[in-house]
Amino acid sequence: MTLDVLYFAWLRERIGLPRERVETDAATVADLVAELTAREDRYAVAFQDLKALRVAVDQELTDFDAPLGTAREVAFFPPMTGG
Amino acid sequence: MDIRVQAEPFDAGAELNRFAARRGDSGAVVTFSGLVRDDGGLRHMEIEHYPGMTAKALTEIAERAQARWDLRDVLVIHRHGKLRPGEQIMMVATAGAHRAAAFAAADFLMDYLKSRAPFWKKEVTGDGAEWVAAKDTDEAALDRW
Repeated sequence: MTLDVLYFAWLRERIGLPRERVETDAATVADLVAELTAREDRYAVAFQDLKALRVAVDQELTDFDAPLGTAREVAFFPPMTGG
Repeated sequence: MDIRVQAEPFDAGAELNRFAARRGDSGAVVTFSGLVRDDGGLRHMEIEHYPGMTAKALTEIAERAQARWDLRDVLVIHRHGKLRPGEQIMMVATAGAHRAAAFAAADFLMDYLKSRAPFWKKEVTGDGAEWVAAKDTDEAALDRW
Protein backbone atom coordinates (compact mmCIF):
# COMPACT_ATOMS: atom_id res chain seq x y z
CA MET A 1 0.00 0.00 0.00
CA THR A 2 0.99 3.62 -0.40
CA LEU A 3 1.11 5.78 2.71
CA ASP A 4 1.66 9.47 3.25
CA VAL A 5 4.09 9.66 6.16
CA LEU A 6 4.33 13.02 7.95
CA TYR A 7 6.88 14.31 10.44
CA PHE A 8 6.55 17.29 12.76
CA ALA A 9 8.72 19.47 15.01
CA TRP A 10 12.21 18.12 15.84
CA LEU A 11 11.42 14.84 14.15
CA ARG A 12 10.82 16.70 10.87
CA GLU A 13 14.11 18.55 11.32
CA ARG A 14 16.06 15.40 12.17
CA ILE A 15 14.70 13.43 9.23
CA GLY A 16 14.96 16.44 6.99
CA LEU A 17 11.56 16.45 5.34
CA PRO A 18 7.97 17.20 6.34
CA ARG A 19 6.31 14.35 4.45
CA GLU A 20 6.98 11.56 2.03
CA ARG A 21 5.15 8.86 0.18
CA VAL A 22 6.06 5.37 1.34
CA GLU A 23 5.35 2.10 -0.41
CA THR A 24 5.00 -0.52 2.31
CA ASP A 25 3.49 -3.83 3.38
CA ALA A 26 3.83 -2.96 7.08
CA ALA A 27 0.99 -4.42 9.15
CA THR A 28 1.41 -2.11 12.14
CA VAL A 29 2.88 1.29 12.96
CA ALA A 30 5.81 -0.49 14.64
CA ASP A 31 6.48 -2.46 11.42
CA LEU A 32 6.51 0.81 9.47
CA VAL A 33 8.96 2.32 11.96
CA ALA A 34 11.20 -0.75 11.58
CA GLU A 35 11.16 -0.32 7.80
CA LEU A 36 12.00 3.36 8.04
CA THR A 37 14.80 2.90 10.57
CA ALA A 38 16.39 0.21 8.36
CA ARG A 39 16.63 2.72 5.52
CA GLU A 40 19.12 5.29 6.76
CA ASP A 41 20.85 6.49 9.89
CA ARG A 42 18.82 9.70 10.14
CA TYR A 43 15.64 7.62 10.56
CA ALA A 44 17.32 5.30 13.06
CA VAL A 45 18.46 8.30 15.09
CA ALA A 46 15.08 10.02 14.91
CA PHE A 47 13.15 6.89 15.96
CA GLN A 48 15.66 5.78 18.59
CA ASP A 49 13.34 6.34 21.54
CA LEU A 50 9.73 5.61 20.67
CA LYS A 51 8.64 6.59 24.18
CA ALA A 52 9.58 10.15 23.22
CA LEU A 53 7.30 10.03 20.18
CA ARG A 54 3.60 9.99 19.39
CA VAL A 55 1.80 8.69 16.34
CA ALA A 56 -1.45 9.47 14.58
CA VAL A 57 -3.00 7.21 11.96
CA ASP A 58 -5.39 9.01 9.63
CA GLN A 59 -5.24 11.97 11.99
CA GLU A 60 -6.27 10.08 15.12
CA LEU A 61 -3.79 9.55 17.97
CA THR A 62 -2.97 5.90 18.45
CA ASP A 63 -0.26 3.52 19.70
CA PHE A 64 2.78 2.10 17.98
CA ASP A 65 1.26 -1.39 17.99
CA ALA A 66 -1.83 -0.16 16.11
CA PRO A 67 -2.62 -1.97 12.85
CA LEU A 68 -2.33 0.09 9.68
CA GLY A 69 -5.23 -1.66 7.93
CA THR A 70 -6.44 0.64 5.17
CA ALA A 71 -4.68 3.70 6.58
CA ARG A 72 -3.63 6.44 4.15
CA GLU A 73 -1.73 8.81 6.41
CA VAL A 74 0.63 8.20 9.33
CA ALA A 75 2.11 11.10 11.27
CA PHE A 76 4.99 10.94 13.74
CA PHE A 77 5.79 13.70 16.21
CA PRO A 78 7.08 14.50 19.70
CA PRO A 79 4.63 14.99 22.58
CA MET A 80 2.42 17.96 21.80
CA THR A 81 2.90 21.35 23.43
CA GLY A 82 -0.29 23.24 22.74
CA GLY A 83 -2.08 25.77 24.87
CA MET B 1 -19.22 25.71 19.28
CA ASP B 2 -16.62 27.89 17.59
CA ILE B 3 -13.19 26.40 16.86
CA ARG B 4 -10.55 28.44 15.03
CA VAL B 5 -6.96 27.67 14.07
CA GLN B 6 -5.27 30.70 12.58
CA ALA B 7 -1.98 32.53 12.06
CA GLU B 8 -3.56 35.97 12.51
CA PRO B 9 -3.73 37.76 15.87
CA PHE B 10 -7.13 38.11 17.55
CA ASP B 11 -8.69 40.58 19.98
CA ALA B 12 -9.46 38.57 23.12
CA GLY B 13 -11.70 41.31 24.53
CA ALA B 14 -13.79 41.55 21.38
CA GLU B 15 -13.98 37.75 21.19
CA LEU B 16 -15.18 37.57 24.79
CA ASN B 17 -17.92 40.14 24.18
CA ARG B 18 -19.08 38.41 21.01
CA PHE B 19 -19.03 35.00 22.71
CA ALA B 20 -20.94 36.26 25.75
CA ALA B 21 -23.62 37.76 23.50
CA ARG B 22 -24.17 34.60 21.44
CA ARG B 23 -26.40 32.86 23.98
CA GLY B 24 -28.84 34.69 26.18
CA ASP B 25 -29.33 31.69 28.49
CA SER B 26 -25.77 31.64 29.83
CA GLY B 27 -25.30 32.93 33.33
CA ALA B 28 -21.54 32.43 33.41
CA VAL B 29 -18.67 32.83 30.98
CA VAL B 30 -15.12 31.77 31.83
CA THR B 31 -12.18 32.63 29.58
CA PHE B 32 -8.52 31.70 29.58
CA SER B 33 -5.86 33.39 27.45
CA GLY B 34 -2.40 31.96 26.83
CA LEU B 35 0.36 34.47 26.07
CA VAL B 36 3.93 34.21 24.82
CA ARG B 37 5.90 34.57 28.06
CA ASP B 38 9.18 36.44 27.89
CA ASP B 39 11.51 34.69 30.30
CA GLY B 40 14.31 36.96 29.10
CA GLY B 41 16.05 36.61 25.79
CA LEU B 42 13.11 35.23 23.85
CA ARG B 43 12.99 36.75 20.36
CA HIS B 44 9.93 34.93 19.18
CA MET B 45 8.09 31.65 19.30
CA GLU B 46 7.27 29.47 16.33
CA ILE B 47 4.21 27.28 16.63
CA GLU B 48 3.92 24.39 14.22
CA HIS B 49 0.74 22.37 13.84
CA TYR B 50 -0.72 19.48 11.88
CA PRO B 51 -3.20 21.17 9.55
CA GLY B 52 -5.17 18.03 8.69
CA MET B 53 -5.66 17.08 12.32
CA THR B 54 -5.70 20.24 14.41
CA ALA B 55 -9.27 21.46 13.97
CA LYS B 56 -10.57 17.90 14.28
CA ALA B 57 -8.65 17.30 17.52
CA LEU B 58 -9.83 20.62 19.00
CA THR B 59 -13.42 19.84 18.05
CA GLU B 60 -13.22 16.40 19.68
CA ILE B 61 -11.82 17.92 22.87
CA ALA B 62 -14.58 20.56 22.93
CA GLU B 63 -17.22 17.89 22.31
CA ARG B 64 -15.92 15.90 25.27
CA ALA B 65 -16.27 18.98 27.45
CA GLN B 66 -19.80 19.57 26.19
CA ALA B 67 -20.75 15.94 26.85
CA ARG B 68 -19.43 16.14 30.39
CA TRP B 69 -20.67 19.53 31.60
CA ASP B 70 -23.85 21.46 31.06
CA LEU B 71 -22.43 24.07 28.71
CA ARG B 72 -24.21 26.56 26.50
CA ASP B 73 -21.24 27.21 24.22
CA VAL B 74 -17.49 26.68 23.76
CA LEU B 75 -14.91 28.84 21.95
CA VAL B 76 -11.36 27.79 21.14
CA ILE B 77 -8.93 29.98 19.18
CA HIS B 78 -5.36 28.75 18.73
CA ARG B 79 -2.71 30.47 16.65
CA HIS B 80 0.24 29.03 14.78
CA GLY B 81 3.25 30.57 13.06
CA LYS B 82 5.58 33.25 14.43
CA LEU B 83 4.55 34.98 17.67
CA ARG B 84 6.39 37.62 19.65
CA PRO B 85 6.61 37.96 23.46
CA GLY B 86 3.37 39.27 24.90
CA GLU B 87 1.24 38.12 21.98
CA GLN B 88 -1.84 35.99 22.53
CA ILE B 89 -1.28 32.36 21.57
CA MET B 90 -4.74 31.05 22.26
CA MET B 91 -7.94 31.48 24.19
CA VAL B 92 -10.74 29.28 25.37
CA ALA B 93 -14.12 30.43 26.56
CA THR B 94 -16.90 28.37 28.09
CA ALA B 95 -20.45 29.45 28.77
CA GLY B 96 -22.73 27.72 31.23
CA ALA B 97 -25.88 28.36 33.17
CA HIS B 98 -23.72 28.55 36.31
CA ARG B 99 -20.05 29.15 36.94
CA ALA B 100 -18.98 25.74 38.28
CA ALA B 101 -19.44 23.97 34.94
CA ALA B 102 -17.85 26.85 33.02
CA PHE B 103 -14.75 26.88 35.25
CA ALA B 104 -14.33 23.10 35.24
CA ALA B 105 -14.80 22.83 31.47
CA ALA B 106 -12.26 25.62 30.78
CA ASP B 107 -9.74 23.84 33.03
CA PHE B 108 -10.40 20.54 31.26
CA LEU B 109 -10.04 22.16 27.83
CA MET B 110 -6.68 23.66 28.76
CA ASP B 111 -5.32 20.38 30.11
CA TYR B 112 -6.33 18.58 26.92
CA LEU B 113 -5.16 21.33 24.57
CA LYS B 114 -1.72 21.17 26.15
CA SER B 115 -1.05 17.53 25.37
CA ARG B 116 -3.70 16.31 22.92
CA ALA B 117 -3.87 19.07 20.31
CA PRO B 118 -1.17 18.77 17.62
CA PHE B 119 0.83 21.93 18.24
CA TRP B 120 4.56 22.19 18.86
CA LYS B 121 6.29 25.27 20.21
CA LYS B 122 9.81 26.34 19.36
CA GLU B 123 11.54 29.16 21.22
CA VAL B 124 13.98 31.34 19.31
CA THR B 125 16.53 33.28 21.38
CA GLY B 126 19.80 35.04 20.53
CA ASP B 127 21.56 31.73 21.23
CA GLY B 128 19.54 29.70 18.77
CA ALA B 129 16.27 27.81 18.65
CA GLU B 130 14.93 25.06 20.85
CA TRP B 131 11.76 22.98 20.81
CA VAL B 132 9.76 23.27 24.01
CA ALA B 133 9.65 19.87 25.72
CA ALA B 134 6.36 18.55 27.01
CA LYS B 135 6.29 18.25 30.79
CA ASP B 136 5.41 15.04 32.61
CA THR B 137 3.03 17.14 34.68
CA ASP B 138 1.09 18.03 31.49
CA GLU B 139 0.39 14.37 30.85
CA ALA B 140 -0.31 13.71 34.54
CA ALA B 141 -2.84 16.56 34.54
CA LEU B 142 -5.12 14.49 32.30
CA ASP B 143 -5.52 11.91 35.07
CA ARG B 144 -7.55 14.47 37.00
CA TRP B 145 -10.33 14.04 34.46
